Amino acid sequence: MMVGSLLFAMLIAPAVAALGCLAFRQPAIAERLNLIASIIVFATAVPLSILSANGPYYYWANYIVVDMPGAWVTLCTAIVYLLASIYAIGYMRLLENQHEQLWSFYALFAGFALTVLVSTVMNNAGLYWIAIELTTLVSTFLVGYERAAESVEAAWKYIIIVSAGISLALLGTVLFYWCGSFVLGPVYDMTWMTLQQSASRMNPTLVSLAYLLVLIGYGTKVGLAPMHTWLPDAHSESPAPVSAMLSGALLNGAMLGIVRYLAVADSAGVGSFARTVLVALGVLSLLIGALFIVRQDGIKRLMAYSSVEHMGVVAIGFGFGGLFGVAGSLYHMLNHSLNKSLMFFGAGNVMRSFGTKEIHRIRNVWSVYPVQGSLWLAGAAAITGAPPFGLFLSELVILRGGMERNYGWAVAAMIVLLIVIFVGFLNHFREMYFGPAVGAGGNVSAVSKWCVAPMWLAFGPLLLFGLWWPSGMWEHFSAIAHVLSSASR
Amino acid sequence: MLIAHLDPLASSIFSLMAIASLLLAFVMLGSRWLNNYLYAFAAESWIIAILSATVGFYGGYPELYFIAILTALFRGLFLPYLLWRIVRRLNVAREIHEILQPSSALVAGAFCVIFSLTVGYRVGQSLGLANTVAVLALTVMLSMKLIGFLMLSVRHEALSQILAILVLENGVFLGAQILVPGMPVLIEIVILFDLLIVVACFGVLIQYLLAHAGTTSTLELKRLVG
Repeated sequence: MMVGSLLFAMLIAPAVAALGCLAFRQPAIAERLNLIASIIVFATAVPLSILSANGPYYYWANYIVVDMPGAWVTLCTAIVYLLASIYAIGYMRLLENQHEQLWSFYALFAGFALTVLVSTVMNNAGLYWIAIELTTLVSTFLVGYERAAESVEAAWKYIIIVSAGISLALLGTVLFYWCGSFVLGPVYDMTWMTLQQSASRMNPTLVSLAYLLVLIGYGTKVGLAPMHTWLPDAHSESPAPVSAMLSGALLNGAMLGIVRYLAVADSAGVGSFARTVLVALGVLSLLIGALFIVRQDGIKRLMAYSSVEHMGVVAIGFGFGGLFGVAGSLYHMLNHSLNKSLMFFGAGNVMRSFGTKEIHRIRNVWSVYPVQGSLWLAGAAAITGAPPFGLFLSELVILRGGMERNYGWAVAAMIVLLIVIFVGFLNHFREMYFGPAVGAGGNVSAVSKWCVAPMWLAFGPLLLFGLWWPSGMWEHFSAIAHVLSSASR
Repeated sequence: MLIAHLDPLASSIFSLMAIASLLLAFVMLGSRWLNNYLYAFAAESWIIAILSATVGFYGGYPELYFIAILTALFRGLFLPYLLWRIVRRLNVAREIHEILQPSSALVAGAFCVIFSLTVGYRVGQSLGLANTVAVLALTVMLSMKLIGFLMLSVRHEALSQILAILVLENGVFLGAQILVPGMPVLIEIVILFDLLIVVACFGVLIQYLLAHAGTTSTLELKRLVG
């Protein structure tokens, strides 16, 4: 009962906020409504993910499920939504010419959070597909919100590439349904659990085909290379809070689908093939990320390619599987959500203050912003996987998982590429912090407290999780690893 | 399972319709004029609607009649109408810069079909359904996917890209009617509605493109690289 009411509150809060924004059409009210909704979502997502350990809980004729993998992604989403909502208050006020339209931004923003949250609790593979499709539709308008030629271009590429990709996932979903119909009869409820349990009697060839389609389809949404092409555009052209949501929340939401189908493929006996493909895509994403990070000049595009990289790491971890692989990936999801929010917030602030997105025109960040600059620099060290931050731990655990599962080649490639990214990424920061000044410094404007506070809020846990991996969380992860593999035994 | 023991007449009707819609995909691939795309798309949607009704009749799924009506209304009338309005407003009648001549595109499309046939046949064999309509359904499903992707890559008028995406979805819908007629109605209905929203979003975006990027040719969208 408790779980049911928490879930209801979590989903109803952003819905009410979105409707409220539409009804009042007042920027000030919209800001507050969205912030309150994000606080409610966060306050309900935390207990939900803890309580999910006693589940799974089913609602609405089995269409909705609160299970451990889903609730974990819900939690990551809720964290980013909260941080981004705080940040948005400061950031969106800076867009002076659109102040009157702010309510529409917040309506879309809350709607976007709602669709991502809904996708994490969908128990039916078909409805999950629809939820993911809806996230695209809502976020397209957020990507194009600033209405500059670049934003509109990014929005167009985003919706075309992702819709095309996601239609492959629809084909995969239909084929999975077909696989199941040989076992369960022509009409059945296509829940994750039914698929996983009946998978051992499905035809392996058909499952492989369906899995590949689903992987490419949702992989497009996750931003795995080579389907990542929309990601740098969309992430770099949308307003900074939206970039954070896209990176920290949406990508995880789509990854959840891949993970659930991977469990089905495992049970169908094509697990090693399915895992190898996922790991290969992950390594390719790391490679693409590394190449573009080294030569990048757009500050937000740098962050976007870093998201491609980190989704690659998460994919590799889930591909390795086993306790270490799964636990590492789940931990990585959380840390990446925190860290990437921090990075996008910092990038947004710097972009606004220096009035440019180009790295070669941003100089002397440290002397301009001693405190905030240090925070951003620490975030940059963290996102490249340096200790003592969370991502260092999670990457290490994933690497260990790979060694255990005989994926030596992937582990080796991952280590090399992570080092390349470390050097390339931090080199850009070296230039921005210590590089010689170019031209006149220009007038650098200050940013509000709303824009700095969420950076601290993200940084705290990031450091904490780097120093201390709570044992309760480890047990939670091992239970999730068990859930994802149990039906096969 | 419906397709395993289907009477020959039904089987031929299904095949006929699947092939007809594949042909219409080729019509779209080989045509330069946006209006022809639109008519071919509408016709394809009507065929899919009729197919739904036929499957409903032979397989004993009365709810498929409902789906058939919705498909005909939404995909066959409403979507083409929305797109037609966009065409009229944009004042672009045809693809202006072709990346690939329609004739070459047709040849490429033919290769897509051959590839799909190979995949479909393999899968059919491993399921023991090699001599049924399932192979054809799979072939049409996959080749309409591939043709849709081909259209996406060789056409760059914004509207052609929307239509290509709709072809991608039509392929799935068509195959699904034959392979999994028992798929829950709720999902099919939601997907239909979803499509409407997709097209509405595209419509709005095209307006943005025109207003802010000054073009509806996606070839001009090259600010963001690297």
